[in-house]
Amino acid sequence: MLLVFQIILVGFFALAALKAAFRFRAGELTLFGFIGWLFFWAAAAFIVLWPDSTFYLAKQLGVGRGADAVVYASIAALFFLVFRLSIKVERLKRETTKLARREALDGKNERL
Amino acid sequence: MIFIVIPARDEEGRIGRVVRGLFERGWNKTVVVDDGSADRTAAEAEAAGAIVLRHPFNRGQGAALQTGDEYALAQGAEAVVHFDGDGQFNPDDVAPALAKLKEKNLDAVLGSRFLDGRSRVPFFKKYFLLPLARFVNRLLTGVRLTDAHNGFRVLSRRALEKIKITQDGMAHNSEIVEKLKRAGLAFAEFPVEVTYSEYGQGAAGGLKILRDWFFGKIIG
Repeated sequence: MLLVFQIILVGFFALAALKAAFRFRAGELTLFGFIGWLFFWAAAAFIVLWPDSTFYLAKQLGVGRGADAVVYASIAALFFLVFRLSIKVERLKRETTKLARREALDGKNERL
Repeated sequence: MIFIVIPARDEEGRIGRVVRGLFERGWNKTVVVDDGSADRTAAEAEAAGAIVLRHPFNRGQGAALQTGDEYALAQGAEAVVHFDGDGQFNPDDVAPALAKLKEKNLDAVLGSRFLDGRSRVPFFKKYFLLPLARFVNRLLTGVRLTDAHNGFRVLSRRALEKIKITQDGMAHNSEIVEKLKRAGLAFAEFPVEVTYSEYGQGAAGGLKILRDWFFGKIIG
């Protein structure tokens, strides 16, 4: 029997996957990135629908319980996302600097 | 033509004196890069005779230096002197540093507080922070220097053309040293005087430099 939270979560994951598809079509996401996200949301839905399946994964990893394995994997995924986000922020900062520089030099480059 | 580039943020109380000190010694191509100041830094610098470039918002010392360098290059500078806007450097050091660049046919001269006895460096900084910073810099850049993160430097036109500062914050210092080495440019240290009016960067600043350096390497 499906629990309410399972239905809600799977619905949410489906929406997230759909969003990834839109972003891919709009060219904001590479094919590789799109497949990665699709795989991620599918795996999340699978785990929510069949929570016991994580027990197998946990045993492979030598972690006691399935829930623990999910928590560890989530933390690793979060680290990765934060890392990627930081790189994006750094890139944005560089673009901002170029903008500030252009404004500072605008009209100043006629020879003295 | 020699350009002096001074990055400045919220230095209205000191920038005028710094610029006038340089003008009195004949350095009339002094460029102040106002890095998003909230005070009258730009007006004070202009009143003292400086060419003022304004970042519309704060981007950091490295970013300001690069803006000044690009301006100087476009104006046909033979060399650029990086100078601090807070009055901690001695304008009398500019001429001999430039002379050394020419005599020895160097592409860069880097200021050092430790080559003569003029600078009175605070105890903790001298015996703890700076040795640590020197060591880390040596690891990062592969260059052994007597000082770390001294903002006084002279760069030849050739060096300016080859070195683009991408580190917007304080990590630009290590970046410049590394790029000098990578580009195979000749450089040497030169004794400069630093008068301490305030402490400058502490240990937290050093950690931020490491973080900036790390992300800078990833972005490339």
